[in-house]
Amino acid sequence: MSESRVHFYQVGSFAVGNRLLADADRTVQASPERTNSLDSGHRACQGCGEALGARYALDAAMRATGGQLVAVNATGCLEVFSTPFPETSWRIAWLHSLFGNAPAVATGVAAAMRAKGRHDVRVVGQAGDGGTVDIGFGTLSGMFERNDDVLFICYDNEGYMNTGVQRSAATPPAARTATSEALGADPGNVFGQGKDLPRLAMAHDIPYVATATVADLHDLERKVERAMTFRGARYLHVLVPCPLGWGAASADTVRLARLAAESGFFPVFEAEHGVVTGVRRIRRRVGVEEYLRPQRRFAHLFAGEGRPDLVARLQAIADANVERYGLAPEEE
Amino acid sequence: MDRPFAITLPVGSSRANHTGSWRVERPVYVDRLPPCNDACPAGENIQRWLYHAESGDYETAWRTLVEENPLPAIMGRVCFHPCESACNRVRVDEAVGINAVERFLGDTAIAHGWRLPEPGPDTGHRVLVVGAGPAGLSATYHLRRAGHAVTLVDGAARLGGMMRYGIPAYRLPRAVLDAEIERVLEMGVEVVCDRSVGDVAAARDEFGAEAVFLAVGAQLGRRVSIPAGDSAKVIDAVTFLHRVAEDDPPLLGRRVVVYGGGDTALDAARTARRLGATDATIVYRRNRAKMPAHAEEVEQALGEGVTVRWLSTIERFEGERLLIEKMALNAAGFPEPTGELEELDADALVLALGQDTDLSLLEGSAVRVEDGVVPVGESMMTDAPGVFAGGDVAPSDRTATVAVGHGKRAAHGIDAYLTGRDFSRPARHPLATFERLNTWYYADAPRTERPELERIRRQTNFEEVVGGLTEDNALFEARRCLSCGNCFECDNCFGVCPDNAVIKLGGAERYAFDYDYCKGCGICVAECPCGAIEMVPERI
Repeated sequence: MSESRVHFYQVGSFAVGNRLLADADRTVQASPERTNSLDSGHRACQGCGEALGARYALDAAMRATGGQLVAVNATGCLEVFSTPFPETSWRIAWLHSLFGNAPAVATGVAAAMRAKGRHDVRVVGQAGDGGTVDIGFGTLSGMFERNDDVLFICYDNEGYMNTGVQRSAATPPAARTATSEALGADPGNVFGQGKDLPRLAMAHDIPYVATATVADLHDLERKVERAMTFRGARYLHVLVPCPLGWGAASADTVRLARLAAESGFFPVFEAEHGVVTGVRRIRRRVGVEEYLRPQRRFAHLFAGEGRPDLVARLQAIADANVERYGLAPEEE
Repeated sequence: MDRPFAITLPVGSSRANHTGSWRVERPVYVDRLPPCNDACPAGENIQRWLYHAESGDYETAWRTLVEENPLPAIMGRVCFHPCESACNRVRVDEAVGINAVERFLGDTAIAHGWRLPEPGPDTGHRVLVVGAGPAGLSATYHLRRAGHAVTLVDGAARLGGMMRYGIPAYRLPRAVLDAEIERVLEMGVEVVCDRSVGDVAAARDEFGAEAVFLAVGAQLGRRVSIPAGDSAKVIDAVTFLHRVAEDDPPLLGRRVVVYGGGDTALDAARTARRLGATDATIVYRRNRAKMPAHAEEVEQALGEGVTVRWLSTIERFEGERLLIEKMALNAAGFPEPTGELEELDADALVLALGQDTDLSLLEGSAVRVEDGVVPVGESMMTDAPGVFAGGDVAPSDRTATVAVGHGKRAAHGIDAYLTGRDFSRPARHPLATFERLNTWYYADAPRTERPELERIRRQTNFEEVVGGLTEDNALFEARRCLSCGNCFECDNCFGVCPDNAVIKLGGAERYAFDYDYCKGCGICVAECPCGAIEMVPERI
């Protein structure tokens, strides 16, 4: 990746901050002056990855735009836990309409700003994976196709968590959800392509597409900033573990995101105008099992005799990602 | 009621919603004892001085270091650094080069003329310190800081004890030794050299002291009887090294054999090489793995052309020939004679078979001696009230660093004794184990090795063998510290909290939790690199 690593020991450039770094080299999150776009008192579960990812992304966007930002939110966890009327946790200009129309509303806001001559105001649309890959996909594809000046961010927790953990088109194969029970010969979600939205977005040839996780803050912030240097449609897909839906310990949110990337199961890369321009290479490669085991939604793969055949198929998906994007560590 | 259309309630921030009430466990910041500090015989707060060195503030780093140990430039050369063996970074890549950074700080302090802290306000008490080696100097320093007057008596012409007369100059240059001793004396110490103390009680009265610290070291080379002809040249290693230090080296010839397997044996062999011996051979009765000498020194000696006859004992020394018997290790690992004999040409034999301490000054006193050492209590006090002992005199590993630690503890013990307080050692935090770390956040960074003098040069002179770090290297090395168990302000907890429930206090004040909003998810604990946060059950 083009980013330059700052060689400061003892924490190198992996931690959020470092007392020895110049302010300009620290993350947005290291600063007490950060926007805190999503404020305390929100009703997300303990250890919510989405709450964390949304603050990371929007605080970075606020810095990149000098605070001239409007966020449009689809229905979903993020909207429900942040704005139970009359409370709000948002400290930015924020608006919510429906589940499926967030990209269209964001398009409208961008058009309104253009009509008002406010070229300085930038628009972010955001949704969970349900609102992005399933329900909002039509309007999102339209937004991409028209190249509207919106950065759309998907916080992917791989299911409909707010309504009781139902399967989405972003749920990984073999994962147990309320609508893909761990029963029968093929327990959990079906093996199939699902909807790989970063690649679908790339197929629209929009200026910028990137993936990130809540485990690599430097990478995520840099991508938000990079996205804000483009005009036109941009897409950022952030993996945000869900302790409730994944059946994981609340303390493991960041660790699971890290294991998803380090196993190759979730590829972290970026693309411009349909072409991959950079990948975040794996640093300490692990097998998918290390990623799957702490999650109860995959418990049926390891109970009793276990299902090594299914684990192997999931490993094959990770290996294919490593191959496709060239994620292997430099030593290999 | 001036509200927008269809709005019935006033809009408010979610901050009214104190989500901290959901919590069943709360995170708390803790300080744990880093393994380096735990292992340091001198009780240095290594991690703390590395912390200051990391930011390039070498003076504060040095000042933190000398809180515990007034001899960093010496320790940075002669200490066998148990801290590095204990270092958690060993399990990531390699141990932090603590000893090298310590030396860098010590040398920097000498170069800048930094002075030790001022002595404490005068207490009116006087203490007699017998022996000016590492234990005696360390005790003197800490006693002066407590405000007690000190009379420092030594039997040799110059101060330093075994650091001067036992450790060769290629390991510890005399300019460094002199500088650090001088700095302790600057605190105001009455010094009496060339004075052997014959009777503890009499000396105490003579110098008007209320307490005595005995630190005379182990300066008697142990002799064994080896049948030797009249012309055979036999000398013990302590005497040999002592005479070299006094610039009066004995003539040993070209083929020198050293008998023994400790650090002193290696020092003697390496010194013989430098004095012109073409063959310096160590004869040791066990194998390399069982050798008590430190591996680093063995490595350096072999590199200088010293050879070793493992599993061998000396039977006889006649004329220019040594008769050596081969040994074999038995099942229990002890060497047993095999009856197989070999000959070895030798001009001189140096005996390095251990050292004893000269405790004749205790004859007739109330101080108990057991197995050639003086048993001491927790405060380093002997059976006789007011008489303390440390360093090689007390049961210990007999290293300079242990002696420095003894000196410090004895000073605190003496201070308690003089002021009528009970002595107690400070409480220790629980250990910061490797399992508590999240090593993901530490960058990979191999250790910076100190340059070693070209082998050929060091065979012939007494120049220092191991060089120092440059400032860049020292900084890099200091920054490799993982800061085990103690917050170093990486902002991780502040960043990873999904509820913004961590308050960054800034400066060196670290962070605090905002328990109004902390839901107790534990991400901060999991993602803290150094294990400085713990979850504790909430009282319900």
